[in-house]
Amino acid sequence: MKLVTALVAIVVGVGGIVVLFWALNAAVDRLLPERWRDKARPWVFIGPAVLIVGIYLLYPAVDTIRRSFMDARSENFVGLDNFDWLATDSSVREIMVNNLLWILVVPAVSVAVGLAVAVLADKLTARWENAAKSLIFLPMAISFVGASTIWGFIYAWRAEGQPQIGLLNAIWVKLGGEPIAWLNQEAYNDFLLMVIMIWLQAGFAMVLLSAAIKNVPEDTIEAARIDGATEIQIFWRVVVPQIRSSIVVVGTTILILVLKVFDIILVTTGGDFGTDVVANRFITELFINRHAGRATALVVFLIVVTIPFMIVNIRRFRAQEAER
Amino acid sequence: MTAEALAGSKASGVTSGGVPAGGLGRWLVRGALALLVLVWTLPTIGLLVSSFRPQQAVQTSGWWTQITSPLEWTFDSYTTVLDGGMGTAFVNSLAVSIPSTVIPILAAAFAAYAFAWMEFRGREVLFVVFVGLLVVPLQVALTPILRLYSSLGITGEFLAVWLAHTAFGMPLAVYIFRNYIGSLPREVIESAKVDGAGHFQIFWRLIIPLSVPALAAYAIFQFLWVWNDLLVAIVFLGGNREVAVVTQALQNLLGSQGQAWHLLTAGAFITMVVPLIVFFSLQRFFVRGLTAGSVKG
Repeated sequence: MKLVTALVAIVVGVGGIVVLFWALNAAVDRLLPERWRDKARPWVFIGPAVLIVGIYLLYPAVDTIRRSFMDARSENFVGLDNFDWLATDSSVREIMVNNLLWILVVPAVSVAVGLAVAVLADKLTARWENAAKSLIFLPMAISFVGASTIWGFIYAWRAEGQPQIGLLNAIWVKLGGEPIAWLNQEAYNDFLLMVIMIWLQAGFAMVLLSAAIKNVPEDTIEAARIDGATEIQIFWRVVVPQIRSSIVVVGTTILILVLKVFDIILVTTGGDFGTDVVANRFITELFINRHAGRATALVVFLIVVTIPFMIVNIRRFRAQEAER
Repeated sequence: MTAEALAGSKASGVTSGGVPAGGLGRWLVRGALALLVLVWTLPTIGLLVSSFRPQQAVQTSGWWTQITSPLEWTFDSYTTVLDGGMGTAFVNSLAVSIPSTVIPILAAAFAAYAFAWMEFRGREVLFVVFVGLLVVPLQVALTPILRLYSSLGITGEFLAVWLAHTAFGMPLAVYIFRNYIGSLPREVIESAKVDGAGHFQIFWRLIIPLSVPALAAYAIFQFLWVWNDLLVAIVFLGGNREVAVVTQALQNLLGSQGQAWHLLTAGAFITMVVPLIVFFSLQRFFVRGLTAGSVKG
């Protein structure tokens, strides 16, 4: 019975969207006079996406910007007070530095690992390629609760003398060291948390970059090989230029995921020991400190940070259009 | 590249990647890859081994000691988790995840096509808005949308979650598809227009088949994100056990049993099964030349 209900729900959901587009398009063809059709059709294509994003994201985003100029309960306008706090509070400065580190390290390393696996696995036979790629992809299939459990088994700490249940400490103690509470070490705990994110995201980069590499026309590689290029030269001079746009897309996507990351920090350290980041602080300000003004100012900050990346992407799209 | 040429290069002892067989290079490739794969898999192996250990052992000794004391293997964690109502949750998760994957992909592909190949006023501004919305954390939307839902009375319905996941996945899908669909060669679309095809036919007959790799890649990730999501499910499905998804079931299990880390290990593996099936079934779409072949002839 339950199964039937679910099946009906799936058919209704999937069928509904197909029927919606078909009906909208038919309506344009049948109901509108000919000279209006070309003007209306783009809105059939784009309308549903614009409508849903408008309601679910644009309206809340605009509301967020409005509330960033208001007080803790979003009742009175306070001008730039929240941004003043953002610019001067020392704990905010610390989380911004952390976020900067995350932005610089995680997308670059994830793309590098993903690209390395995609390129190396491409040289194997199909069966081994699939096996290697599947194993790198595996972490993506694990829910967040699962991932935090897994890394708990790596970073766990027990007092000296007790058996270590964390892999890292077990190795460290075996090498003669004293057990270390890894995630409490302010000097490098940020990087230990970044490892979790990279571990989760490398599979994403690998899948998209692998698809891009497989679309590089074989004859361009073959031509370079005939000209006597080494495999490394072929990679940097033939393959990379042709997949550059995919690298930018993957890098940008991971960057955005990094800007939003909060659950890794929330579950592991809760933002203590100098590991807090903007998105987690947003949750703290909103739900624990109950200061909507400061929370929303943090989101506005995130949006401002991405403006350079938006400009890069829009320039690239313009170039793409000029080219064809 | 033609099929003959491809067959020819295979016949001359060249692997699929085009590297001449044999030699030191091949072993370097294998070695580097083996090392990466080992590092990436080790944490998961730890979880797998732990899921077969008794609760006591999980909390007092490292999972690797299990290999030396094989007497302690147990299925207890799995039976506890499966008895906790995971079956219904599995069906619910499918009912949530499949439409939440298909709806945004179709709507985003239509929008991406319009952004790439149609002329209309406000195109660039709208696109900038979409890219800008990429960074808006979905948490800002939860309260306003919840208010909207309760006035419409659809909280706890599948529709509520479908639309939420559709919206939250949309900017990224539009961004990725716009990039892919925009890079298709103009001649393909122009020649279809000359043949008398309208935008709607071009979209279904040309763009969708040509975009399969991008669509499949995005489908994998959207499905994974939805399947593993807990936040949206808690907020929009609420406490209704009838419609609870796997991540909620897992959380309920924890709630009723206290700090049961040993159950999480088994639960994490049970919930992984479906994403892996999706990955393996969609992976075959990433075949060399799938698009290049049909476009470049």
